[in-house]
Amino acid sequence: MLNQATGTPPDPVVTLRDVHKSFGPLKVLEGVSFEVPRGTVTAIIGRSGSGKSTALRCIDRFETIDRGEIRVCGHRVDAPGLDLRRLRQDVGIVFQSYNLFPHLTIEQNITLAPTAVKGMPRAEARALAAEVLAQVGLGDKLQAYPEQLSGGQQQRAAIARSLAMRPKVMLFDEVTSALDPELTGEVLKVIEVLAASGMTMVMVTHEMGFARGIADEVVFMHRGRVHERGPAAMLEAPTTPELRQFVGSGL
Amino acid sequence: MNGSLNANHLLFLGQGALWTVGLSLIALIGGGAVGFLVALCRVSGVRAVRVASSAYVQLIQGTPLLVIMFLTFFGLPPLGFSVSPLAAAGASLTIYVGAYLGEIWRGAIQSVPRPQWEAAEGLALSRTQRMAKVILPQAVRIATPPTVGFMVQIVKNTSLASVVGFVELARAGQIINNSLFEPFLIYAIVAVVYFALCFPLSRLSQRLERRGARGRTTLMPA
Repeated sequence: MLNQATGTPPDPVVTLRDVHKSFGPLKVLEGVSFEVPRGTVTAIIGRSGSGKSTALRCIDRFETIDRGEIRVCGHRVDAPGLDLRRLRQDVGIVFQSYNLFPHLTIEQNITLAPTAVKGMPRAEARALAAEVLAQVGLGDKLQAYPEQLSGGQQQRAAIARSLAMRPKVMLFDEVTSALDPELTGEVLKVIEVLAASGMTMVMVTHEMGFARGIADEVVFMHRGRVHERGPAAMLEAPTTPELRQFVGSGL
Repeated sequence: MNGSLNANHLLFLGQGALWTVGLSLIALIGGGAVGFLVALCRVSGVRAVRVASSAYVQLIQGTPLLVIMFLTFFGLPPLGFSVSPLAAAGASLTIYVGAYLGEIWRGAIQSVPRPQWEAAEGLALSRTQRMAKVILPQAVRIATPPTVGFMVQIVKNTSLASVVGFVELARAGQIINNSLFEPFLIYAIVAVVYFALCFPLSRLSQRLERRGARGRTTLMPA
């Protein structure tokens, strides 16, 4: 699975090494490096514009990088010959705006990719949809359309849709930022359960309390760089003034 | 030579109206097929395909339908292709309508919110699957009101087929007037028939638009 010739240890599911990315003249990432070991949760925090969402999107090749190296589940994401569809079968991504398909029922939203991409028989896919929806507490919403669900329910359905592809790593891009505070909790709970089940996850989040509770490692980004990185406990005792200020303002 | 309007005249006008409807359907079906291809080409990943389809649209949108009719009907026979009035009118309308519908539908495809594409990509769907299962079904909803609205233009534009000798409603009116010399009466009848064909379409378009405006809010916040 992994390219042994380069001597990469098989352990990290996601590795970023010296990643650079610009949008025109704007340098968004200036040498970002971190890795995500299997079965762990990494929370990326930082101000708006610090590059945290861009870093996450690079992992699933929604942005192509200018320089550096990204490895995800044995794929060289920065390589020109990358098989995008194979990469995206291994990586699940959930967005801030849920992005459920509005013309399909929740069940159809979930069965679409397994049937179309993996050729799963319809009956099997429907059983799978029921299973993953139960997992996020929406077992009774199979036949509902996205517009009939609350934001929190839509986001949980979006998580279920990703899980149905049985990804090896899940990416969460500010998944609670569009939600009312009272709906945030139900989504975070689902993510917590997922973390407890051993899913490897990378999340960009503004929920400091949540990051502290769930993350094995916190990556604090500042001006396109990883400014500080460490166990979640570092949020309680920030060593750099930037992180201290960020955490102070966030709580 | 003269005389008054009788049932035979009205029958002749009715026949012309039927041909107007027929020609409109040919234009809609032919132009729809061309337009669908044009729309897909306009959003293609291949630059050359985008450029070529864009050139087609620009060229046709910058040319009067009347001139396209002249070109096919009078321009082709000297080159060795003989063309019947129906074929010339049908082909011209297809070419013309294809460019406009292609542009309307391209807009509809591109107005499906960007995050919908990304969600489909994130699920490892191929480009064809993304188009067929995620984007086009949503684009159809967006495109329906303007497409029905454009059908009004198609119906009215079929009247230009009269210049190549095709007897549709406008030409039927001309022919009757040539024998009766009652231009106001006859063209008023012709106008009323066109209106009767077009009005339901524009009402339908308006209704679809109102319904769409309600449904649009279900599309995701960007």
